Amino acid sequence: MAILEVHNVTMKFGELVACNSISFNVEEGAIVGLIGPNGAGKTTLFNCISGLYKPSGGNIFFNGEEITGLKPYEIARKGAVRTFQVVRPLKDMTVFDNVLVGAFLYSRENRIAFEKAYECLRLCNLEHLKDKIAGELTIGGKKRLEMARALATNPKLLMLDEVMAGLTTTEMKASVEVIQRLRDHGMTIMIIEHVMEGIMPIADKVIVLDGGVKIAEDVPASIVKNEKVIEAYLGTKYSKRYREKKVERTDGGAYT
Amino acid sequence: MVSREKKLKIKDISWLTLVLLLSVLPLIPGFTANSFRMHIMILIMLYASMAQAWNIIGGYCGQVSFGHSVFFGIGAYGAGMAVVTYGGTPWLGIIIGMILAACVAVIISYPCFKLSGHYFAIATFAIVEIFNRGFLVWDWIGGALGLDYPIIEEGLKNFMWHNTKTPYYYLALLIFVLIFSIVRWLEGHRFGYYMRAVRDGQETAESLGVNSTAIKLTAMALSASMAALCGSFFVQYNLRVDPPMVMSLDTSMKFVLVTILGGSGTLAGPLLGAAVLVPLQEYTRAFWGGLGGGVDLIIFGLLIIIIVVKQPAGMIGILQYIQKAFKKTKLQEVK
Repeated sequence: MAILEVHNVTMKFGELVACNSISFNVEEGAIVGLIGPNGAGKTTLFNCISGLYKPSGGNIFFNGEEITGLKPYEIARKGAVRTFQVVRPLKDMTVFDNVLVGAFLYSRENRIAFEKAYECLRLCNLEHLKDKIAGELTIGGKKRLEMARALATNPKLLMLDEVMAGLTTTEMKASVEVIQRLRDHGMTIMIIEHVMEGIMPIADKVIVLDGGVKIAEDVPASIVKNEKVIEAYLGTKYSKRYREKKVERTDGGAYT
Repeated sequence: MVSREKKLKIKDISWLTLVLLLSVLPLIPGFTANSFRMHIMILIMLYASMAQAWNIIGGYCGQVSFGHSVFFGIGAYGAGMAVVTYGGTPWLGIIIGMILAACVAVIISYPCFKLSGHYFAIATFAIVEIFNRGFLVWDWIGGALGLDYPIIEEGLKNFMWHNTKTPYYYLALLIFVLIFSIVRWLEGHRFGYYMRAVRDGQETAESLGVNSTAIKLTAMALSASMAALCGSFFVQYNLRVDPPMVMSLDTSMKFVLVTILGGSGTLAGPLLGAAVLVPLQEYTRAFWGGLGGGVDLIIFGLLIIIIVVKQPAGMIGILQYIQKAFKKTKLQEVK
């Protein structure tokens, strides 16, 4: 069953069409990657789904219910929670209190919320920083805090907006592991990511946007061979050259 | 987790000790029933309570309101009307005033909360002026003449004593304990965390399922009814009320300044602010008031400038700094 259905979502800012009639489904329990060059409309799409923007057209269904145009907190309460690309720590509160705010959506009981918050801190490797003021963390720490906070709400659908950008290789490996573990527990995850090593190995499906339009939707193995995608990333000139080189190499028999 | 709970317990125990000390204060010679010192203690309790009421919305929830004198005034007039106009006991008027203040707060804040940051503060400025003018010309509530209390039988029933300040002190202490306990409770529960989340990032809070409008309105209503309670105490102590006395930017500023100077968004801040500012204000007025009006206000103003420049976190910031320095030297000694 599709947990999230996006039908023809369009988002216009004046004359600028940031998302143009985008449709796709996210299956329950899947990891779906959302990639595309800068300015492709990935974050705008996330903002539409999470209620920060009201789409100019189209419908969004979550768990079979229409959520188009609902307030962000209403959508979060239904179980679709997102992180922010530009990190937004609650900067005068401690790391623990940040995560606790998320955990209070999971349960309003202090004891249960506290336990949930500890669990998520451990999971995101922030336990030793829990009494630090969130504004004083490094960028890597803030990214992990974004994730821990969203996780603490115990979402059905977790939308991660570039949580791996700026992380070291080790940190990135750790977050990939965390994401996989979450999927094993049945959580559905959507990821916007530029770091391909982070997303390609774990995604069940990758959606590619370019200039506000969906240009591909497939399993990762096919996406990397998709010509439109290569063109979007490299530009027409270079993708042509790249293709010619590939042909040459196949002819020469040196590469396959 | 253990250390966290232990820390909280230590905090509560120190508060209880303080309240205990305050409650035996009238037994100490020098704090006789009618002394100036007693008057100052009453004012400290009152100002600390006012500041703490403001702290709910202004400190914890981050919505700087200059409109609290309106709620303070509604509380004062609630009690005043009950006694002067209807000749009854003030208690029912106090409760009605608190409820009315909460309702007014919700009605005027709902449109104002659509404004953010400075604009919200400016809008609340305007509201004080509106209420001030409205009350000045409203005959039913006494207009510009205000309400003068008749001399009636003293006692708890009438919330009035003529020859002693001690009962006033205990009632002020009671209000202080009530408001501080409410805030202390909020601090450790979901609502308190949500308020701080709204203060630090409304959009972030919303993305985590927090209905920020509902949180702000609830905080405002709670804060306003507490301010009204302080207002009704003020009128019972003062035995007279007129619009400029309660509904003025002056009064509003007291709510804001005491909290910010003490340390907004902290439990101890309002008490700290009141404990320093009230004696300063009263003693400068007592000693230098005769030098021509305003010396007390000049000193007051200077202190505010110094603190805002040197320690924006308020006096609580100074205390924390000392505490940190103390810990550091201790650590070095251990080494």
